[in-house]
Amino acid sequence: MGFLDVLLGRTKPVQPKLDDLFALPSAAIQLQAATGFTPTGSGSVCFRAVEGKTFADIQKEVRELLDLDNSKPGGGGLPVEVTKDSYGFTWLISNHMSDEVDTLVTDLHAVNSALVDNGFGPQLLCTMVAFADENHRRMALVYLYKRGTFYPFAPVNEGRQQRDNALELQVKGVLSEDLKIEPELNRWMALWGAPGL
Amino acid sequence: MATRTRYAPDRGLTVRMTVTMFLLGLVFVAFVAAIIGALIAAHQSAAFIVVIALVFGGGSAFISLFYSDKIALAAAGAREVSPQEMPKLHGIVDRLCALADMDKPRVALAPTSMPNAFATGRNSKNSVLCVTEGLLNSRLGLSDEELEGVLAHELSHVAHKDVQVMTIASLLAIVAGLLVRFAFYSELFGGGRRNNNQNALPIIAIIMVVSVVVYAISFLLIRVLSRYRELAADRSGALLTGQPSALASALTKVSNGMSGIPTQDLRTAEPMNAFYFAPAMKLQRGGGRPDGGGRSLSAIFSTHPSLEKRIEQLAKIQAQLNDVSPGAKGLK
Repeated sequence: MGFLDVLLGRTKPVQPKLDDLFALPSAAIQLQAATGFTPTGSGSVCFRAVEGKTFADIQKEVRELLDLDNSKPGGGGLPVEVTKDSYGFTWLISNHMSDEVDTLVTDLHAVNSALVDNGFGPQLLCTMVAFADENHRRMALVYLYKRGTFYPFAPVNEGRQQRDNALELQVKGVLSEDLKIEPELNRWMALWGAPGL
Repeated sequence: MATRTRYAPDRGLTVRMTVTMFLLGLVFVAFVAAIIGALIAAHQSAAFIVVIALVFGGGSAFISLFYSDKIALAAAGAREVSPQEMPKLHGIVDRLCALADMDKPRVALAPTSMPNAFATGRNSKNSVLCVTEGLLNSRLGLSDEELEGVLAHELSHVAHKDVQVMTIASLLAIVAGLLVRFAFYSELFGGGRRNNNQNALPIIAIIMVVSVVVYAISFLLIRVLSRYRELAADRSGALLTGQPSALASALTKVSNGMSGIPTQDLRTAEPMNAFYFAPAMKLQRGGGRPDGGGRSLSAIFSTHPSLEKRIEQLAKIQAQLNDVSPGAKGLK
């Protein structure tokens, strides 16, 4: 924020950074090699819906676009799900097969672009790609749109809100070459009850 | 910028705020000029008073800014709460901070039945966001979205650095107020030197009169500025969540919830009034109706804009967010 913005009491809504998301497919391979975590094929975009019809229309368009994409022969995926979490944020969940991180990222990018093109870029919160290992441990890589950085989120006990910090830090170490990992640990926001995880 | 935006700044608000700050600056310059003018013909005793007032005023403003978070928390009797204690509250703040790309403030809870919230701190790393128990009370019936609106409003105060801006803006009033007091005392007790300094007395009297005038004008300007900062925080908060209506209904509920509160709460809340979500202290209005008589006077002295004005602005933002082709209107 500039000096003038402070003086005049205004905030420029932060535009999302989209491009760093494309580093994810290669990072997924690296993650599997180093820790055994494989993508479950589920990925989601989380955004804050704006009240009113305009935003609802755009959301509907995006959903139809992705559904259409998936119903094509060879598209192979499941239709897109939409849920609202207990914080009032909307999650668009795309379920692909586990070996299709590329397509997943393309889908997620389509959602992002649709929102940004219609002037709702500042409403994007994060995108989440789910991973699991053979012991059914769950973990997600979360991309923060406003920072352009990733962080791992590994819930252990949803009810008691415990995170596997050791695993998270291990993943941070493994991926620090491939991804921009969020350096400030207090921005590793907990996403309890995130759909698709 | 090439991207279309639905978040065009409010030109009218910007202009009004600039004019207010310009006037504050003007009063400041006139004040300094008057004091210097008085001192040119003066003796040490008068200069001494001015220096003392500057040191005291500046010092107290700096201390209150530097320790604003601790002072405010202590005054409200609030304590910090961890994410484990209040997961929902922290979760909402987490998300809002991620949306706005700002540092997360500490979160505190004040054991007050009056529904309200405030944010303070000298910079974004040292800021604290405090809500009262009354705000979370189910009797008030604030939904999660409405609570989110209140928190977004407070986070906007942090982003706009309102504590810093208002401290600097009130520095002048503090110094002027101190000068009045010092000049008054020196006139009371300085009688012994009257024979030596023939000129000192009228000059001290002049400084006193000028200070009174400056204090009165800057006091009013600060209140005007405070009201504009509130509108600006409402605006940024509503744009952040994209839910201006939720913020408007939260405002209505909090304002209503405040009316039936015992006076003792109000008295303890007085020093921090300017940083609250809704004003805890209000000048008594004639009759019980909110649109009763005596409104213009209370509007001039109020730290917050009227509920109607705030809701009116939020309705405009709602229309702006729903504009189908934002580029055409927003960038004009």
